[in-house]
Amino acid sequence: MLSTFPDVDFVLLWTDALIYLLVGAVIGVGWYTRSREHLLAPWRQVLRKPLGMSALLVLGIYLFIGLADSIHYKPRIGEDAQGKPQYAAQIWSGLDAVLKTLRDRGEKTYSAPFAVHLYMKETIEDSSGAKRREYPRLQFGGGHLSDPEREHADDILQRIVIGIATGVGGAIAIVLLVAGTLSFRCKETWSTVFVTMVKGQRDLPWRSLFGTLLGLTIFMGVLWNTAGSYHVFGTDKVGEDVLYQSLKSIRTGLLIGTLTTLVMLPFAILLGIMAGFFKGWIDDVIQYIYTTLNSIPGVLLIASAVLMMLVYMETHPGMFGTGVERADFRLLFLCVILGVTSWTGLCRLLRAETLKLSELEYVQAATALGVTHFTIIFRHVLPNVMHIVLIAIAMDFSGLVLAEAVLSYLNIGVDPTTYSWGNMINSARLEMAREPIVWWSLFASFFFMFLLVLSANLFADAVRDAFDPRLREHQG
Amino acid sequence: MIAYVIRRVMYAIPILIGVNLITFTLFFVVNPPDNMARLHLGIRHVTDAGIEKWKSQHGYDKPLIINYEESGLATLTETVFFHKSVKLFVFDFGVSDNGRDISYDISQRMWPSLAIAVPSLIIALMVNISFALLLSFFRGSYIDLWGVVFCVMMMSISALFYYIGGQFLIGKFLHLVPISGYDTGLDATKFLLLPVIIGVIAGIGALTRWYRTFFLEEINKDFVRTARAKGLSESVVLFRHVLQNALIPILTGIVAALPLLFMGSLILESFFGIPGLGSYTIDAINQQDFAIVRAMVFLGSVLYIVGLVLTDISYTFVDPRVRLQ
Repeated sequence: MLSTFPDVDFVLLWTDALIYLLVGAVIGVGWYTRSREHLLAPWRQVLRKPLGMSALLVLGIYLFIGLADSIHYKPRIGEDAQGKPQYAAQIWSGLDAVLKTLRDRGEKTYSAPFAVHLYMKETIEDSSGAKRREYPRLQFGGGHLSDPEREHADDILQRIVIGIATGVGGAIAIVLLVAGTLSFRCKETWSTVFVTMVKGQRDLPWRSLFGTLLGLTIFMGVLWNTAGSYHVFGTDKVGEDVLYQSLKSIRTGLLIGTLTTLVMLPFAILLGIMAGFFKGWIDDVIQYIYTTLNSIPGVLLIASAVLMMLVYMETHPGMFGTGVERADFRLLFLCVILGVTSWTGLCRLLRAETLKLSELEYVQAATALGVTHFTIIFRHVLPNVMHIVLIAIAMDFSGLVLAEAVLSYLNIGVDPTTYSWGNMINSARLEMAREPIVWWSLFASFFFMFLLVLSANLFADAVRDAFDPRLREHQG
Repeated sequence: MIAYVIRRVMYAIPILIGVNLITFTLFFVVNPPDNMARLHLGIRHVTDAGIEKWKSQHGYDKPLIINYEESGLATLTETVFFHKSVKLFVFDFGVSDNGRDISYDISQRMWPSLAIAVPSLIIALMVNISFALLLSFFRGSYIDLWGVVFCVMMMSISALFYYIGGQFLIGKFLHLVPISGYDTGLDATKFLLLPVIIGVIAGIGALTRWYRTFFLEEINKDFVRTARAKGLSESVVLFRHVLQNALIPILTGIVAALPLLFMGSLILESFFGIPGLGSYTIDAINQQDFAIVRAMVFLGSVLYIVGLVLTDISYTFVDPRVRLQ
């Protein structure tokens, strides 16, 4: 309820605010890096890795979907007697608006991918009044077909072929656009740019980028062309489109992976550098704190903290708003808990590195010249440990996305009403025991999660290879 | 040596006290016992008398830290802190919220956990070391490159998918073994087979890749080059020089994890219906039985610290350069 636009009422959830803050911080760091060659050099190395760049492209699309899902608002539904605008009680997101067809076209219960009939038989009364048990037609899946038995397969095939063609066309258009832009910027002829790109003779690994792009555009083209008329990944127990659920889960996964890091970093950086820099009793105390935290098995500590959070939220129902806001608080608390329990590893690394740095000549010289501790830490220590922080952020991300699934599976993760891959897997466990089995929920969560985690892992590897000086020596 | 071990054990005591304080804060200060009682009795239909009754039944009716009604030492001993937290130090876990003796349950349930964890560990070690050796034998080639990419792909799949998919494929689809359950004695083997296999497969990606870095680190060292210069064949170099030296970080890493094998694997056990400590913990979490969760947190920390001490000691055995200080 921040500002009122003519037709929507924007809602700022806590996690939204934090994710904007994070995006702002990333842009700020990018701006700062832009003009400093020594900071740019390792990034250039990342950009040259084929696998890393393909992964970055996929991550970018996930990020785009996640950000679109982080704009929340209440649409206007009319005006009251005084002419004041009235807004819906339900909170929508930017992604919901795009996926309105998927969101609204619910069926009664399970239906298989691309199905035109429901998963379960029902008693149907036909026009003559006779009752039969058969699979009822879906309301929306293939609703445009007049004779599904005959047209079904052809229709799907046709849509998929058109989708693939759209995808290929889109990819070609983007490639031409990129080549055109490059030839304009590099003052080369269009054909040289194109040939060098295809032959892999340019700085960036265009071939693997275009390969990934082609795969993505084909996938999106097919989805775009079929999802409007069918449930591509089926529907779940209450008839909700599984594709919609999987796409909505992206935000949850990204949030857990990034906000947790945001919570963890201050602890790890502050305590790690303090321990390494000041040594003595400060070091002892900080070491004691992280050894103690570390000695509690991770899952158990998280489980206890989440249980306590749940008890607190249940016994103080008024404090956390309702519905979406409550689920949002729970997501935020989960990030905080994960962050508070996971800073120890990075802290230990930073402590060791700072210990090493504080013995170096330039730090000792600064001390001898009477520079304050604060300035030394900011000017000499912090910039020289940032590569460790960056590698840790990249490496932790995929682990956190996986952890969310496990925690939600154990019912100690995100709120059951929040869309998340963990919740989808949780319900899939019972679905796999049905006869015939309901596999599509599990498959969809597997597919979307695997793609995200794999890209994150590959990108993290590229970042680590570029930023870890030890590895650089090996290669050099 | 003995003095060293004693010193290490003494060092563990403040850490255990810290763990104890953290769990006490989490379980009693953040949420006073009243809240717990309310949760167990249902949020809405609850009376003050009901809360008091539940608290006295489960021993939460005393003051938290200091009991002003008692005199002498009893001001400190007749408290929730003493009864529920300090007693953990002598492994007196008390009774769970549904009235069972936790120590007895733990002693019964650790055996199924071990029956899964020990074979899993041994098989995983052999499988992953073999794969890692294979990859480092072909280092720099396409086999190595795609092997590593394959490892990354395998570690990008959540363990949950391995469990659900494996149970479906091997148990339900091929009907090779029962899908879940447990039995005593040798009959347990057929129940253990599936979780052990799936547990090993789920870990292949991460562990093979990790072990491979150990091997590659050794391969780049001078003594390996010397061995090659002497004219030793590549397989002799790999098995005699590289493997033996790379085993040091691998085995010492495992020593740290050995005590935690008792705790079992949380999800694996509950998924395949193995009555071990892992599923015990999960059940406690789901039933919000905080007494058990508290006991398991403490037990886990003790085992972790034992693992740390064992690791330090094992270093002194395998690597003569490490001195006890």
